[in-house]
Amino acid sequence: MKAYTALAEIQKGLAKGEVTVVQLVRHYLDQIEQKKDLNAFVHVFEQEALERAQEVDQRIAKGNAGKLAGMVLGIKDVLCYKDHPVQAASKILSGFESQFTATAIQRLIDEDVIIIGSLNCDEFAMGSTNEHSTYGPAKNADFPDCVPGGSSGGSAVAVQAGLCLASLGTDTGGSVRQPAAFCDVIGLKPTYSRISRYGLIAYASSFDTIGIFTKNIEDNALLLEIMAGKDDFDSTASQQPVPKYSQHTQWEGKARVAYLKETIEHEGLSPAIRAEMEQVLNRLREEGHHVEPVSFPLLDYVLPTYYILTTAEASSNLSRFDGVRYGYRAEAQNLDQMYTQTRSEGFGEEVIRRILLGTFVLSASYYDAYYTKAQKLRRLIQDSTREIFKQYDFILLPTTPTTAFELGKKLQSPIEMYLADLYTVQASVAGIPSISIPVGKDEQGKSIGLQVMADFFQEQKIFAFANELISLQKTHVNTL
Amino acid sequence: MKVDRDTLHKIAHLARIKVNPAQEEAYINNLSEILDWVEKLNEVDTDGVEPLTHMTMETNMWREDETKEHLSHEKGLALAPKKDSDYFRVPKVK
Repeated sequence: MKAYTALAEIQKGLAKGEVTVVQLVRHYLDQIEQKKDLNAFVHVFEQEALERAQEVDQRIAKGNAGKLAGMVLGIKDVLCYKDHPVQAASKILSGFESQFTATAIQRLIDEDVIIIGSLNCDEFAMGSTNEHSTYGPAKNADFPDCVPGGSSGGSAVAVQAGLCLASLGTDTGGSVRQPAAFCDVIGLKPTYSRISRYGLIAYASSFDTIGIFTKNIEDNALLLEIMAGKDDFDSTASQQPVPKYSQHTQWEGKARVAYLKETIEHEGLSPAIRAEMEQVLNRLREEGHHVEPVSFPLLDYVLPTYYILTTAEASSNLSRFDGVRYGYRAEAQNLDQMYTQTRSEGFGEEVIRRILLGTFVLSASYYDAYYTKAQKLRRLIQDSTREIFKQYDFILLPTTPTTAFELGKKLQSPIEMYLADLYTVQASVAGIPSISIPVGKDEQGKSIGLQVMADFFQEQKIFAFANELISLQKTHVNTL
Repeated sequence: MKVDRDTLHKIAHLARIKVNPAQEEAYINNLSEILDWVEKLNEVDTDGVEPLTHMTMETNMWREDETKEHLSHEKGLALAPKKDSDYFRVPKVK
């Protein structure tokens, strides 16, 4: 079978009778089996996916198939799908099966998506390498000795390796964009509140968003368009009308683009990524876009702000895992011991570290010095980021300080691991949308990602401009 | 800030996490290192800055107060590690 990389191509093939949805599902099942070593999928819903495929083929024949007919999707192991296992890559949720379906997933199913299985990630989405997983690490398909990034590592690898057409991850501080950059795919973190969080196992509720991995902008836009919008089950989900993102994905006119001096000059940024970034900026200037440096002196405060706030929220959110109602339970003599034993055995090291840190910053004696201070910084970071959008359409910045690194390399030092999110946390702290797109390769051939950020709810603009950047890159490569 | 043993165990107890003696030093070092790192925020003057406490722009989402059954009693108990016909079972409180 022809290897498809875009839904539009697939739907053409389906319409012409060149391929069936059943054939597509068989193809992906076969790929998943062949590339098992990548450890991307943790559950494959084989029988069910094939049965669903048959139904979709019948609806296509009758002419009443949904917008996503032919789309085969994988979902991160933190998203609830009724009667299917989900355990946030944690031992503490061993044996858990969801009793309801996340709103975002239900909306996709209603348009005839086929969910082929669930994908590896860091435990409770905490990590930047997919190494903190009860299933063991997922591997980068292009460089199997290297990490795929995290926390949504499995979701990035699945699209990179062609194990499904698109996938869902979640992004709290870069967990979609960072692995997208490491795995040479597109990854979107929408505006906070754009997609309902109902059915997303919480890490840090004021940051968490569902995000989308694809190989092209059009598929990404269509998936967002279908998932986004208000929801009776999540009162924080935005009521703002959802534009038809997929209908307008071409950029017109000249853009006003800012880049942050501090991100380019940062000592942690690899020379190859700096060079790529500068090339992209130059190409934009050549095309007549208005490109200027701006200063963002708060850059070094973004990660510490992020870690105080997210660990605080995590310590609170994860208090529900107590061994009483579901999941893993340790045997103990009394109730208090049961809680403590269950949590100590059920959570992995990084999760425990973050729960302890979060408990510390929320404890009575330190609350103001750490938690309130970080909330104040969050306001300053959000204000000064949005200030830039008064004059510019976009902020461009690298997605990651380095390209994919070897497995095990950063496991010893938590802070070194945290620095992998240096450039992605700004959008998360501010709540704004951001996309990572592949723009080139370093000297070893490892992919480099670049982020396009815009103001609240400007996903439409982001998609169009990201497409513009991708086509600029292609033209450039072709003329070399 | 350097976390001492007492503070570590106090926090761990609040979080219902048991820290084994063998792990003590690693957690003390990790947490102290992370706290030193986040204390960088003290360089920024935040006097008069209102803490940002809510990220959503939605306020007061009203709806009718209607009774709906989202999870039956049976399903609510279905995943319990230990249960009887009506309740979750747990070890003795004391």
